[in-house]
Amino acid sequence: MAVKRKNMLWLQSGGCGGCTLSLIGAEGPDFSSSLESSGIDILLHPTLSEESGSEVIAKLKALMDGEFALDILCLEGAVMAGPNGTGRFHMMTGFDDAPMMQIIAELATLSDYVVAVGSCAAYGGVTAGGLNVTEAQGLAFDADMPGGLLGADFTSKNGLPVINISGCPIHPDWVLETLYQIAADEMTTDDLDQFNRPKALSNKLVHHGCSRNEFYEYKASGEQLGHLGCMMEHLGCKGTQASGDCNTRPWNGAGSCISGGYPCIACTEPGFEEPGHTFVETPKIAGIPTGIPTDMPKAWFVALASLSKAATPDRLRRNAVADHISVSPKSKSKGGRS
Amino acid sequence: MTRLIVGPFNRVEGDLEVKLDIEKGIVTDAHVVSPMYRGFEQILQGKDPRDALVYAPRICGICSVSQSAASAGALAQAQGITDIPLNGQLSRNLIQATENVADHLTHFYLFFMPDFARDVYAGQPWFGPVGERFKALSGTVLPEMLPERAQFMHIMGLMAGKWPHTLSLQPGGSSKSIEAQEKARLSALLGGFRRFLERTLFGDDLDRIGNFQSLDELNAWRADKGPGHSDFTRFLDIADHLGLDEMGSASGRFMSYGAYHLDDRHHFAQGVFVDGKVEPLDTTLISEDVSHAWMQNKEALHPFDGQTMPEWNEDNGYTWCKAPRLGGQVVEVGALARQAVNGHPLIRDAIVQSGGNVRNRILARLLEIALVTCAMEKWTRQLQPKETFCIHAEMPDEARGLGLVEAARGSLGHWLRVKDGQIDNYQIVAPTTWNFSPRDGDGTQGALEQALIGAPVKFGETEPVAVQHIVRSFDPCMVCTVH
Repeated sequence: MAVKRKNMLWLQSGGCGGCTLSLIGAEGPDFSSSLESSGIDILLHPTLSEESGSEVIAKLKALMDGEFALDILCLEGAVMAGPNGTGRFHMMTGFDDAPMMQIIAELATLSDYVVAVGSCAAYGGVTAGGLNVTEAQGLAFDADMPGGLLGADFTSKNGLPVINISGCPIHPDWVLETLYQIAADEMTTDDLDQFNRPKALSNKLVHHGCSRNEFYEYKASGEQLGHLGCMMEHLGCKGTQASGDCNTRPWNGAGSCISGGYPCIACTEPGFEEPGHTFVETPKIAGIPTGIPTDMPKAWFVALASLSKAATPDRLRRNAVADHISVSPKSKSKGGRS
Repeated sequence: MTRLIVGPFNRVEGDLEVKLDIEKGIVTDAHVVSPMYRGFEQILQGKDPRDALVYAPRICGICSVSQSAASAGALAQAQGITDIPLNGQLSRNLIQATENVADHLTHFYLFFMPDFARDVYAGQPWFGPVGERFKALSGTVLPEMLPERAQFMHIMGLMAGKWPHTLSLQPGGSSKSIEAQEKARLSALLGGFRRFLERTLFGDDLDRIGNFQSLDELNAWRADKGPGHSDFTRFLDIADHLGLDEMGSASGRFMSYGAYHLDDRHHFAQGVFVDGKVEPLDTTLISEDVSHAWMQNKEALHPFDGQTMPEWNEDNGYTWCKAPRLGGQVVEVGALARQAVNGHPLIRDAIVQSGGNVRNRILARLLEIALVTCAMEKWTRQLQPKETFCIHAEMPDEARGLGLVEAARGSLGHWLRVKDGQIDNYQIVAPTTWNFSPRDGDGTQGALEQALIGAPVKFGETEPVAVQHIVRSFDPCMVCTVH
């Protein structure tokens, strides 16, 4: 039997809107074709819907009154509970002085699926940076601690926890592929990791497919942004620890943070907004980076690193600290066909 | 008198509410409310100055690169960098231009035009093809325009790693060097985009579109082509039918910080356009008034000394938005202001004839799509793949820096003060903070508040469509506004 089409309500709160702007850049197929063909109809989206003002309020109230069912609720942006738990840093027009967090909480209990789009909605994200004056948190996590607005035990009507598609911003495919699975009734708790991220996203590392892989192998490191070498040793790159397929699934057709000449800042990880050090510099103890691959004995890493450093080809040593390839790999001549 | 609260506004970036006083079917007063506060100026305090380049772009998902560029500009000034390599300048311009052009396109097709596909206009003689083409979420233009926008954004993938939220824009240039074949790819991407614009948006050569000298010349061209010729002519036809050139006039003072700096000059000039003349811009005259914002400390301060102390139950406050003023005056910012200051003859003529209004704001935005795309082709040709793209400098322990850029929707400034090697103060004045500011201490309304006065409200309208057009004509970005 064909799966019934699903409606999707999209809300925004403490965020920048960048996840939506990234999402509408989807390709293969484009955003509107993706939803149409996968069986999802947008009920309301703040950036895209015709409805405005009272028309929006009426639709939300009809949902709350149970006039029709809600299949998918997406939140973009953090929940802002401040100041002092009142939620007044984001008030919702048309709901008798209600803070946005109250509207989100009520609608979340009505929806079959609840999806947090982006690191803000999932874990608080950049909105929770600094002293977190806005008391920003995620839907069901506060940084890496279960809880958030809805609480650690929250499940939506179909029994799933909030699905956290982290990233700052999200890659359009991360959201769409999750929605395709939801649309087909094929998303299960088995598909989610300890932070309730789709495993499809989090069982990969940004490091996989990194175009600087050869520099990493030989620990041929860049020293300044723009250098071609590996950015792990000096420039804060967290690609070996951060979830994501950023280097095997290009951004905007051709890019990734690393190909853009700057480090991975682990924007898919809960709490990435406060790394405890400047983003573009690697913290070290006795000259050894503190953030090495998490599932490798440290002594081995150090031993391998010093071995490979000693074996670094001159080509990589020189290219690592250049902003253009200065030495090319040599193809061996076989002296003709014979 | 009746009072009408309009909001939450969809198809603006972020959260917005407008309170209207209405008498005899006309808006007599307006209060513009930004109901969300985000706290970036507080988040940035005490951070390593370099980290501003991570946080600042995340103020906004639609002006992300503009925030990066303003931040990089402030850091560069604080570091004393004055000699950014040509490639670095070109990269910065190209990355900023890509965002600005994409934003103009997104605004036109996704935010602004769908209002004309509303049922309220179903009886209009022009409605048939407009309703079909521009209907929000289902219009025929979507599967046509979205792939073109996505492909155009490949420039970001290539030059900036990704969009939004890149770190490639650095104080001394760009962290991504462009190789010869990448330069060729950029030209190809721009060529593809030009074809879409010429075929679909304008229906004529970009150079022709950028070169109209007057409204008469534009109208003669239109008369020749007919309203169904392109999306541009379709818009101009609707504008005539609905009198969009008589709707939404604000202060008549237009400001631009100057856009696309290259070789010591701006591609679009800096200044203030008032009464037909351009005056030089003096940024020391900028202050932010908080008398009607939910903020403590009621003194108007220059952004270098600015303070951000939210207080939601502050007397007289009705918004999280501060009220920036230039020499105590309200100014309007955006594409119309930019082209007025820069002296584009078509825009100067449009302002002489009807001032700042809904039609002219959209006209200037579309004109810029043509002008900037042509400039991008030129900048791409100037890239020198074997040369340097970035220089680096140390941040002094004590320093200050100002970064001024033009985002798609207007003038954006970052004022940075560094003390003991950390950010001591970081103040951001965003385009929509200028346009959607509340009243100041003198009781003078902000630009949108002024523009809404006189707007018609038809009997029984709860979402007055004229108000929708006026609000969206500014291409507001509320997430920037309430940084």
